[in-house]
Amino acid sequence: MEHTKISTIEGLNKYREKILESKKNELPTVFVCGGTPCLAKGSRQVFEAFKKEFGAQGLTGSVELGIKTTGCQGFCNKGPLVAFADKDIVYMGVKPEHVPEIIEKTVKKGEVIESLGYRDPQTKKWATEYSRIPFYGHQKKLVLKDVGQLDPAKIDDYISRGGYSALAKAFSMNPDTIIDNIEQSGLRGRGGGGFPTGRKWRSCKAIKTDVRYVICNGDEGDPGAFMDRSIMEGNPHAIIEGMIIGAYAVGSNQGYAYIRDEYPLAIENMKTAIEDARGLGLLGKNILGSNFDFDIKISRGGGAFVCGESSALMRSIGGNVGEPRAKYIRSVEKGLYDKPTVLNNVETWANVPLIITGGVQGYRKVGTKGSPGTKVFSLAGKVVNTGLVEVPMGITLRELVFDIGGGIPKGKKFKAVQTGGPSGGCIPESLLDLQIDFDSLSDAGSMMGSGGIIVMDEDTCMVDVAKYFITFLVGESCGKCTPCREGLRRMLDILTGITEGRGKQGDIELLEELCDVLKWGALCALGTSAANPVLSTIRYFRDEYEAHIKEKRCPAGVCKELITYRIDEDKCTGCTVCAKKCPQKCISGEKKKPHTIDASKCIKCGVCKTVCPFDAVIVE
Amino acid sequence: MAIDIQKVDEIVFGYEQSKESLLPILQDFQREFSYVPEEGIKRLSDIFGVPESRIYAMATFYKAFSLVPKGRHTIKVCMGTACHLKGAPFVVEAIERELKIKPGQTTEDRRFSLETVNCVGTCALAPVVVIDEDYYGGSTSENIIKNLKRYT
Repeated sequence: MEHTKISTIEGLNKYREKILESKKNELPTVFVCGGTPCLAKGSRQVFEAFKKEFGAQGLTGSVELGIKTTGCQGFCNKGPLVAFADKDIVYMGVKPEHVPEIIEKTVKKGEVIESLGYRDPQTKKWATEYSRIPFYGHQKKLVLKDVGQLDPAKIDDYISRGGYSALAKAFSMNPDTIIDNIEQSGLRGRGGGGFPTGRKWRSCKAIKTDVRYVICNGDEGDPGAFMDRSIMEGNPHAIIEGMIIGAYAVGSNQGYAYIRDEYPLAIENMKTAIEDARGLGLLGKNILGSNFDFDIKISRGGGAFVCGESSALMRSIGGNVGEPRAKYIRSVEKGLYDKPTVLNNVETWANVPLIITGGVQGYRKVGTKGSPGTKVFSLAGKVVNTGLVEVPMGITLRELVFDIGGGIPKGKKFKAVQTGGPSGGCIPESLLDLQIDFDSLSDAGSMMGSGGIIVMDEDTCMVDVAKYFITFLVGESCGKCTPCREGLRRMLDILTGITEGRGKQGDIELLEELCDVLKWGALCALGTSAANPVLSTIRYFRDEYEAHIKEKRCPAGVCKELITYRIDEDKCTGCTVCAKKCPQKCISGEKKKPHTIDASKCIKCGVCKTVCPFDAVIVE
Repeated sequence: MAIDIQKVDEIVFGYEQSKESLLPILQDFQREFSYVPEEGIKRLSDIFGVPESRIYAMATFYKAFSLVPKGRHTIKVCMGTACHLKGAPFVVEAIERELKIKPGQTTEDRRFSLETVNCVGTCALAPVVVIDEDYYGGSTSENIIKNLKRYT
């Protein structure tokens, strides 16, 4: 559509009607998932095949309308995924050769091709409807509703699905009423801490000042988390709409979106979205005739985990080294450039339009009393179905891991689920029926964090997991405060000792003491929460620590110094693959006869276990 | 290594002269030259009137920057939690053995630089290795060595 500035709310409604009118009588649009995992699995080729085939079959309507690349459609390990506008159909593992049939049957006639759907591993039955596929059926998509159903680079797509109508409604409300609404909705910061968003906005507004800022925190640095990335890539306008509403409510004219430089597509889509919104007059001067001016700048992060912390992020925007400052200075009073600032995370901003459109009561229908709404999680690790999911707050971990996630692959036993990244903890099987909300996760010694959910099975060593997170944190500690800079290093020394068989009586207690110092003494929230991975694993898996320390044994068979590789004579067929691939050349044996490993030369690189076709390599 | 000072100027003058521009300029240096060159820092310091030490502080604080030139291809092994659990350490070790370099280093012939990164956000494909712009999911100590051969 032709882009001229829209200057009134009525103009926006007319613009929307015009888009919808132009889309009438078109065949249903095909949505090819353009999330990174699907791209890696070849969705670009599927997209090209659709484009070609549309032309070849002489279909009416422009190719651009008929086929679109979308943001992440969620079921990442089944990609490339293909969906259809306003149809309850999803296809998985689509290859270019499937395309002619899809157009012939599904696009033209609305017929379903069952064999491209989901096959239940137990019942062996096929399903192509979202509601009948457990991975999707148990979800509640509100924030992600439009992700996968629109082209993120097209503002018209967003507007045609009701986009920016929340902004129009907000302009008819008093700014203070908007803050009341956000407060009453119970929306809490989705970035980790769960601070009430409305209260943050109110405190910022209460400060007398000439300039205020709003910031979107898109520096998603937790390992194992890709929710914010998916929203920025898949529906950037929802974030921008939320930010404009927030800015209008608190009285700010300048916004910033701080995005990890490692997310090039997220930056590109946010940039396009901001430019398009500006082109239509939804950013800039006198937005929709409201007399309100607002614009957004993008700031690219430099790859520092600590910049996800609000005060560090603000210093980084200002062109400084991203070091946090003490918490008693609140950023709602003195934030960016020492001006009152509201900083919210990507997902939080994307919730704002939902509250304005649906109203407080509507929003509170989903979720729990203390944590209303939904939460987007990235589900990964040792779990059958991996990907991006959105569930109502209050769902249990069991539902998330077993109903949506499909349980543990290869018949292994569930051990723990890690939430909250390096600031969170590991939750054991006994707490699987725990409801997921901000408070119950904190009570269990973990935290919501930004929403990474990593499932661990019996082959995961919990001491190694603790060491993994502390190694990460040592590398990312900014070095400003002593408990974090020095304490983490000492913790890593102790943990390394334990995993290498040098653990001694009293190590666990010393770790706990160091954790305590960190909890009370670190400067920023990332430091104070850095103790969680260690404390939670000690709390729930003390026996594993003790096995390492007292028996010099790694029960999960992970810690190199405490394990040996051996070949199972009954299973080994003497195929010689391992002997050929062993970098140490320490596997020997005759052809077609069981082989043996010379333990004195073995460097435990795991190559033999990886290449063995008969699963004959045993780790003890 | 001599660098094109004209390119440096193009980048620096493309931005507004404010502190806010320092980080994006360094990012552009990194992208253009595959590292942050000393000449670039000097020039930026002159033009912006910001002490070199301040620019160095940023260039060494943020992970995205390297002060030495990178190889023609960058291997990023994801060390995110999901990748770690699914065997990323084995993958890094296999590459270390094959190329005889450690993470953070570049091969002598400048063919590869090896990096470990925290999370590339494609946990569903774990363990993931990204070589230049290509994502390799389900990497093992075995298949990654084959994949390296595609890059010259």
